[in-house]
Amino acid sequence: MFRRLPDAAAAAVTIAVDGHFVPARVGDTVAAALLAAGFGTFRTTGVSGASRGPYCLMGVCFDCLVAIDGIGSRQACLVQVREGMRVETQRGRRPVGP
Amino acid sequence: MTAEFDVAVIGGGLVGAALAWGMARAHQRVVVLDEGDIAHRASRANFALVWVQSKGLGMPEYASWTKRSSDAWQGLAEELEQSTGVDVGFSRPGGFTLALSDAELEARAQQLQRLHNQPNMVRYPYEMLDRDALLARLPRIGSEVVGASYCPLDGQCNSLRLLYAFHTGMRQLGAEYRPGHVVHAIDYQNGVFLLRNSSAVVQAEKVVLAAGIGNARLAPMVGLKAPVRPQRGQLVVTERVEKFLGHPLVTIRQTEEGTVMLGDSQEEAGLDETVGLGVTAAIASRAVRMFPLLKSLNVVRTWAGLRVMTQDGFPIYDESSSRPGAFLATCHSGVTLAAGHALTLAPMIAAGSLSSDLDVFSARRFDVQTAA
Repeated sequence: MFRRLPDAAAAAVTIAVDGHFVPARVGDTVAAALLAAGFGTFRTTGVSGASRGPYCLMGVCFDCLVAIDGIGSRQACLVQVREGMRVETQRGRRPVGP
Repeated sequence: MTAEFDVAVIGGGLVGAALAWGMARAHQRVVVLDEGDIAHRASRANFALVWVQSKGLGMPEYASWTKRSSDAWQGLAEELEQSTGVDVGFSRPGGFTLALSDAELEARAQQLQRLHNQPNMVRYPYEMLDRDALLARLPRIGSEVVGASYCPLDGQCNSLRLLYAFHTGMRQLGAEYRPGHVVHAIDYQNGVFLLRNSSAVVQAEKVVLAAGIGNARLAPMVGLKAPVRPQRGQLVVTERVEKFLGHPLVTIRQTEEGTVMLGDSQEEAGLDETVGLGVTAAIASRAVRMFPLLKSLNVVRTWAGLRVMTQDGFPIYDESSSRPGAFLATCHSGVTLAAGHALTLAPMIAAGSLSSDLDVFSARRFDVQTAA
């Protein structure tokens, strides 16, 4: 659905999304990287299980929540990628730790 | 004497709406005059507990009244769902009050013993649990928790849906709801109350003051007194997470949708509804000591509300002797007492007088204290 502009020349980084390597660029938000990699659904809701993905891309709608480096329900549109970052899409309510 | 309405209820929060619904159900022609969104509405800020344990030390009649409402709650929830389609999310799994030190646990045990040793105290079961007994029922507690009190009568609901259900139900039953209608004056002529604001006069044969802390201003207009003050409570709510807590605690509960509510601060701050980081941090810190798993959750919102508090903490139910037909109801537990208000108090007001077992709740009790 999304394609990168041909003149996008930032350095490449690799992140892991649900255990799979995904290419990204320095300066990408997690949301941009996932959208560019073809992810439409970032999470399903905790009550009805409906699919959700980025909507506002500016920190308002909270629909792009993902787990980043083990911390759940982070706004993918507000966090920039880093080499080796681990991202997990969320299914329903967050599990609670021990 | 042909007033437009049988009864005008001033206040459309949980107390006013429960009474309006209950009186409309008793075939009264009801109008609800509400401030609307500008009101200091305790109904939007509460913790949604239907709570029995520990209530009534100093007034055993309050313990009876609380238990009676708690016992009627399941029926209320079923009737509201059948008539309005709104599920108010009531459950009564029993509730805990956790202790984080031996001193806290001992103080709790003594408090409940004094409560239940009162003459005329209503009988109901409760238990004091040590850490091992508590672990069997709440396996996720932290290492600092030494024990708890438990009462099987305690429950919880969704109080926003409860308010919505009462409003939906009372309109179905023919009650009229007028938001943005602050009452400035109440006159009494030939047995009819004239409720005035700057643009309208509403006529009713009875009037019920259910305006929370606004009752302090309204009560003298009908020859009553309502010495109530606002007491601020702050709340914290987390993101939705997997269910880990099936019982309400007095300071922590997990909603049906998975959010975790933390609360129960009590501050004397006048009409200031702002949230302070010091208090919410203390609330969160204590909650994390009780359930360490909370540490990793995101907080999505904090807010504050104003409880409606009397000097002794108990409700006021009154009727005016100088203005027959004028009633007053005010309390800080509009959720717990919702069933009592809707199913017991409302029919009394509809019939024209409070029963004598509510005499103890009259504000006249504060005159006695002043004289002594």
